[in-house]
Amino acid sequence: MCDLKVSRQVINEDYSKYDFKDPEQLVFKSKRGLTRSTVEEISKMKNEPEWMRNFRIKAYEYFLERPMPNWGGDLSTIDFDNIYYYAKPTDKAGTDWKDVPESIRKTFDKLGIPEAERKFLGGVGAQYESEVVYHSLREDLEKKGVVFLDTDSALKKYPDIVKRYFGTIIPPNDNKFAALNSAVWSGGSFVYVPAGVKVEVPLQAYFRINAQNVGQFERTLIVVEPGAEVHYIEGCTAPIYSSESLHSAVVEIIAKKGAKVRYTTIQNWSRDVYNLVTKRAYAYEDATVEWVDGNLGSRLTMKYPSVYLVGPRAKGEVLSIAFAGKDQHQDAGAKIVHLAPNTTSRITSKSVSKEGGRTTYRGLLHVEKGAKGVKSSVRCDALLLDERSRTDTYPYNEINEETANITHEATVGKISEEALFYLMSRGLSESDALNMIVMGFLEPFTKELPMEYAVELNRLIQLEMVGSVG
Amino acid sequence: MANTLEIIDLHAGIEGKEILKGIDLAVKTGEIHAIMGPNGSGKSTLAYTMMGHPKYKLISGDIKIDGVSIKDMPPNERALRGLFLGFQYPLEIPGVSLANFLRISYNAVRKDEPMLVRDFRKMLEDKFETVGMERSFATRYLNEGFSGGEKKKAEVVQLAVLRPKFAVLDETDSGLDIDALKLVSNGINSITSSEIGIMLITHYQRILRYVKPDFVHVLVKGKVAVSGGAELAQKLEEKGYAWISGAEEAEPEAEVKAK
Repeated sequence: MCDLKVSRQVINEDYSKYDFKDPEQLVFKSKRGLTRSTVEEISKMKNEPEWMRNFRIKAYEYFLERPMPNWGGDLSTIDFDNIYYYAKPTDKAGTDWKDVPESIRKTFDKLGIPEAERKFLGGVGAQYESEVVYHSLREDLEKKGVVFLDTDSALKKYPDIVKRYFGTIIPPNDNKFAALNSAVWSGGSFVYVPAGVKVEVPLQAYFRINAQNVGQFERTLIVVEPGAEVHYIEGCTAPIYSSESLHSAVVEIIAKKGAKVRYTTIQNWSRDVYNLVTKRAYAYEDATVEWVDGNLGSRLTMKYPSVYLVGPRAKGEVLSIAFAGKDQHQDAGAKIVHLAPNTTSRITSKSVSKEGGRTTYRGLLHVEKGAKGVKSSVRCDALLLDERSRTDTYPYNEINEETANITHEATVGKISEEALFYLMSRGLSESDALNMIVMGFLEPFTKELPMEYAVELNRLIQLEMVGSVG
Repeated sequence: MANTLEIIDLHAGIEGKEILKGIDLAVKTGEIHAIMGPNGSGKSTLAYTMMGHPKYKLISGDIKIDGVSIKDMPPNERALRGLFLGFQYPLEIPGVSLANFLRISYNAVRKDEPMLVRDFRKMLEDKFETVGMERSFATRYLNEGFSGGEKKKAEVVQLAVLRPKFAVLDETDSGLDIDALKLVSNGINSITSSEIGIMLITHYQRILRYVKPDFVHVLVKGKVAVSGGAELAQKLEEKGYAWISGAEEAEPEAEVKAK
């Protein structure tokens, strides 16, 4: 008689598609460690205006002052002195694929970017070693006045807009890692959508850490004028290294009256990366901001996309998934702050842990006094695939209005033997059945992804589940 | 040539308790066998043991399809050999649409007959119509929020799509009103042919008015107490199970259906 049990999963990840290194061809690389002169050097290399240089230095001072957070994941092994903070691979950001240096093109060939460009996606900004190398923007977007550039170039070409909004949503002293980013940021995307313009096709960017110990500190700023709409997608990957890598990005979004912004992330950093990200949006009157956040990789991710609903009838939604395998900790969630009446929000979190992995949901729901008629729902579901794995939920609700309508649902479960048997009785192997159940669990998330990403995500999850049958 | 399904002196049980105490049955494709019996007689245990449910232990005996023993095979391999189980309590699988699930399942058990998506969809719609199920169910998540009747209809749709050699239908009629019963029976009848053997497990004689069995077997306390033709079912309808000696309704604790 066959013995079917929910088996111990053995990770047999195959990162070989991504696990390649280019011999380092860097034009400039800063010294290890972070000093005030490193910060000044970065600003000088980039030829930045005075205000940005001062901004960085001020931020560096905040970074030194702020203590490490005493909550969340284990950050004790980050050695700030042993990281390179800046590396610039080329002097020119090319607009045509053939202008990009060969080795870098090869990297992106492997990551499939040219295909993506040819398909339905709009422009492609690709990040390599802290600098955006390849960037192209479709003509019709340009005609409509949509700006999609790397942030460094945006600072030069659109200094007024950048200065007006940069650091206004996430001030440099917001938290230690925002301060770090504010001091040494490089690359990232700048998106500006004029009033009334609806960008039909998603804008996307790729990131990759290559040189050992080079951190990623990209800074993204998205400004959407009244009535405009845009969908931005980022997905990252990195080869596997034994020493720590630090990814500390900052994303700021301003959605003005009636604007609609969706920001989708599929994060699949290699298992040695610390991914500590601050993402925040302001949604004004009748605006909508949606964070679609997929966390699959990294050794530790701490990320809580947030929406501040500052105008009446603004809407915020965070849809997040976290997948934690062996030695991984996904500490993710959301923050929604209702500061105006009749605003609505929804948080949906789905997490899967296996082989001792740990997922944590950390969510803040704040309703300010005077914000009447607020409706909010929170749903967090966790799936534990074996007895070694762990999941925690830390919801914080600060509701200062009696008229608020808040619901909170949480479930934790494991895959039932019956469900596996049912699917296997229809011809599916045990691993296919497991995969189907996990994908079904994550379906509310995957159905919000563009097809290409949904397929990629499916493949990535399948890779995680392979070799699991005992 | 007909395929054969044999159950040979099968002893099986659950949680250390022996429920099947020596079952011998043989089904050929093209035949419809009804398995009846009072509660606790082992009908569901038989169904689950045949399909390889992890909680049920095969103590001794064998199960063979075309002379090949399947008793040590996992459930998916049994499915690939042409066995199908219609569940009495079909499970809900959130996030997986009925259509996608069926397509994946079809590709697994019928990989020698690949179908274009468009043709598959058409075929699926036909099967839905046979059991009177609305097309919208195709995109709904598998069994999620389905009523009891709808779940049973969905099982029959799966049966019709996968076209197994042998179908064991575990109390497919339970919980159905008369209209649903007729539709489900219609579905079953639409797939009966010389290429499928059906084992219809049922407590009541009702469904046998619509799906006419060739053979009827009555299980009592884990054994086949009596076998006969369709008229046996009629006799049970008139006289009840007590007519068969030793066939008193079992006490509640003997009823060990894994739900």
